[in-house]
Amino acid sequence: MLITCPYCGPRDVIEFTYQGDGNRQRPQPASQNLDAWNAYVYDRLNPAGDHNEIWQHSGGCRAHLRVVRNTLTHEISSTAFARGDHNSVARHRAEDKP
Amino acid sequence: MVERQSPLEPVLHPGSHGNFEHGVEIILSETRPGSILQLAAWPGEEKTLMAGIHAVTGLALPDGAGGGVTDGVRSVFGFAPGKFTVVDEAEGLASTFASVVTSAIGTVTDLSHGRTAIRIAGPKAEWVLAKFFAIDFALPAFPIGAGRSTMHHDVFAQIQRTGADQFDIYVFRSFARSFWKALCHASEEVGFEVQ
Repeated sequence: MLITCPYCGPRDVIEFTYQGDGNRQRPQPASQNLDAWNAYVYDRLNPAGDHNEIWQHSGGCRAHLRVVRNTLTHEISSTAFARGDHNSVARHRAEDKP
Repeated sequence: MVERQSPLEPVLHPGSHGNFEHGVEIILSETRPGSILQLAAWPGEEKTLMAGIHAVTGLALPDGAGGGVTDGVRSVFGFAPGKFTVVDEAEGLASTFASVVTSAIGTVTDLSHGRTAIRIAGPKAEWVLAKFFAIDFALPAFPIGAGRSTMHHDVFAQIQRTGADQFDIYVFRSFARSFWKALCHASEEVGFEVQ
């Protein structure tokens, strides 16, 4: 399986580390919304098909990547830097329901 | 300055080795640069950092991922977004950069004692390295000056092409001896010389 790193180009999957489901929305640390925390920790879509994932190019440029991988075929249909995703604090706070 | 000891000392045996009856096709050496630095720019400060590198070293970094340049004495290449490795034969480059790369621009990390620089040269250099790393070493894909970060099993390596058939490999000091031995084994079948 090859993952095309936006910085390094196509590399073998052995250089990458899986960092989990990319669909999770982490509640604000002070949030006491138990449903939101439960969803963040336990709920997974487990799709048979395209899946949003976070990977790190740990054996290369060490960037964190947003990857769409097909769980049936392992085809990688898109890769992008994850950087910036967590900088949008305003968006995050707006979605948070304490 | 403290005199630096090479981790390769017990295993670096100058001379020709392996199957060299038909000629030496690989030359291995340790370059022992005085300074190896890692510079990182905060997001949005990449151009300022590149300008600072140019001001200090005189080397103009090309744009683009993995871009780099070398003049034989100093070398610089990008190895990650906004991050650069700068190498100088002379010691003391970190203190020069400390005043140029301010805390508003990014960070300077002195790795001079933490990395070992190994040079592999010769007509079979691409061929031997291709046994180690799953990246394209052909000249059009990996131009002179360019840098790549990759790994051989768990040995993280930064590689800069410093000539048409010459590569400088920066590995963790603690892995350097075993990596060097592996390089020697891989070079045996084409004949190699240690300098």
